[in-house]
Amino acid sequence: MTETLLKVHGVETYYGNIRALAGVDVEVRRGEIVSLIGANGAGKSTLMMTICGSPQARTGTVTFDGQEITRLPTHEIARLRIAQSPEGRRIFPRMTVYENLQMGASLDNLKYFDEDVEKIFALFPRLKERKAQRGGTLSGGEQQMLSIGRALMARPKLLLLDEPSLGLAPLIVKQIFDAIRALNKEQGLTVFLVEQNAFAALKLCDRAYVMVNGRVTMSGTGRELLADPEVRAAYLEGGRH
Amino acid sequence: MEYFVQQLINGLTLGSIYGLIAIGYTMVYGIIGMINFAHGDIFMLGGFAALILFLILTSVFVGLPVVLLLLVMMAAAMLTASLWNWTIEKLAYRPLRGSFRLAPLITAIGMSITLSNFIQVTQGPRNKPIPPLVSSVYNVFGISVSLKQILIMILTVSLLAIFWYVVNKTALGRAQRATEQDRKMAALLGIDVDRTISITFVMGAALAAVAGTMYLMYYGVIVFTDGFVPGVKAFTAAVLGGIGSLPGAVIGGLLIGLIESLWSAYFTIDYKDVATFSILAIVLIFKPSGILGRPEVEKV
Repeated sequence: MTETLLKVHGVETYYGNIRALAGVDVEVRRGEIVSLIGANGAGKSTLMMTICGSPQARTGTVTFDGQEITRLPTHEIARLRIAQSPEGRRIFPRMTVYENLQMGASLDNLKYFDEDVEKIFALFPRLKERKAQRGGTLSGGEQQMLSIGRALMARPKLLLLDEPSLGLAPLIVKQIFDAIRALNKEQGLTVFLVEQNAFAALKLCDRAYVMVNGRVTMSGTGRELLADPEVRAAYLEGGRH
Repeated sequence: MEYFVQQLINGLTLGSIYGLIAIGYTMVYGIIGMINFAHGDIFMLGGFAALILFLILTSVFVGLPVVLLLLVMMAAAMLTASLWNWTIEKLAYRPLRGSFRLAPLITAIGMSITLSNFIQVTQGPRNKPIPPLVSSVYNVFGISVSLKQILIMILTVSLLAIFWYVVNKTALGRAQRATEQDRKMAALLGIDVDRTISITFVMGAALAAVAGTMYLMYYGVIVFTDGFVPGVKAFTAAVLGGIGSLPGAVIGGLLIGLIESLWSAYFTIDYKDVATFSILAIVLIFKPSGILGRPEVEKV
């Protein structure tokens, strides 16, 4: 349980001359759910993409499963079974729902596709109804489900979720968070998620990090951070209406 | 009436050749958003490769069956053209990816001039003839259809069928479409984007090489400048059909072939290219997205 799966050490990432990450240290252990919370523009999504090598960190190291991946091309990082449901969902708009899921399973050349797709359809029955529809015609919430489903199709060792609750109705958010919890409990899936919905994220996770202006300013268990007065003031009470 | 049908058949034959070249333009545009202006020269180079192989084969093995000869010529042309296009992409276009949009375009024009000059220097500037390989002509209700034309159309249809299958039904085709729609996301899913783009160049070149071989066989002659006009016409076909759309490229190619033949038949042949390129201008003015092209804006 305590073995480190992902270790981000001293990572700085730049967009041109603008420093988006200013030396970030984050650690995700095998079998954990770890949340990353913070305001808009804090660098949360940049960290997610830097783990996947797009863009690559300028300094610092990213280590996955004992192997340094900082300079690996994105597709090779993906082949180590790091799957991401990225910011903005990035559904292939002119491919059907089914084809989008097939793309998710391309690492194994669709070997487990039939078996896995049924699990995804059980998780998100809406996707089954829409399976022949083009990705671009789905609603935002449906695209979110598809994006998560597509990431799960890769049979990941580490699942990166960037704002899984964005644009979803509360009931569906609950459903998705329940699904993440179940995958984690039953299959030991390791999850690292970015959330704006700090309350839900902190309740779900084992541990969490708080990010401000490209730096990690606080970390602890979900329970600790939920009780922390600073976190409450900045991310919970102001945001919960 | 017979005259009209006759011209229709001629136009469809020519259009098949344009369509096959146009696919290369449209696929490359679709996947990396650039017009590969060297594509017409790849087509010409394919024709030359076929011609050279013909000369070698007929001098070494006398009395080779025509079918076998054609198949080997075509295979050699496909291999040569693919290798060239693959190399050009790797050396000239890939380093410029991520640079400003005009950079690869200008480079492509440079590659086009390089290729045609290379052929001019190595193969000579004169027309290179090839003896007629297939000369049977059939008469159906007063319309003459040559075996060449039938072969060209059958070959085009079968290649298109194979191509359609690859793009729509295989893992490779899915990777190509994914790369076209969102390169970053494709990489996040483990797709080697550079490799997928390379394969796209290879596939386009292979089709252009088949077109080059058919062009050589149809007209019986090829010259180093032959990449230019058919290349630009195929580009027109791709724009007319809607650049980025595969069926569009084929429809555009057939239409350009028909326009050219019918114009030559009923008006003056001297102005056939004017007619074709006026179409390009008119399409660009009134329907820039072409017949099957998608509008630029997309729901996100």
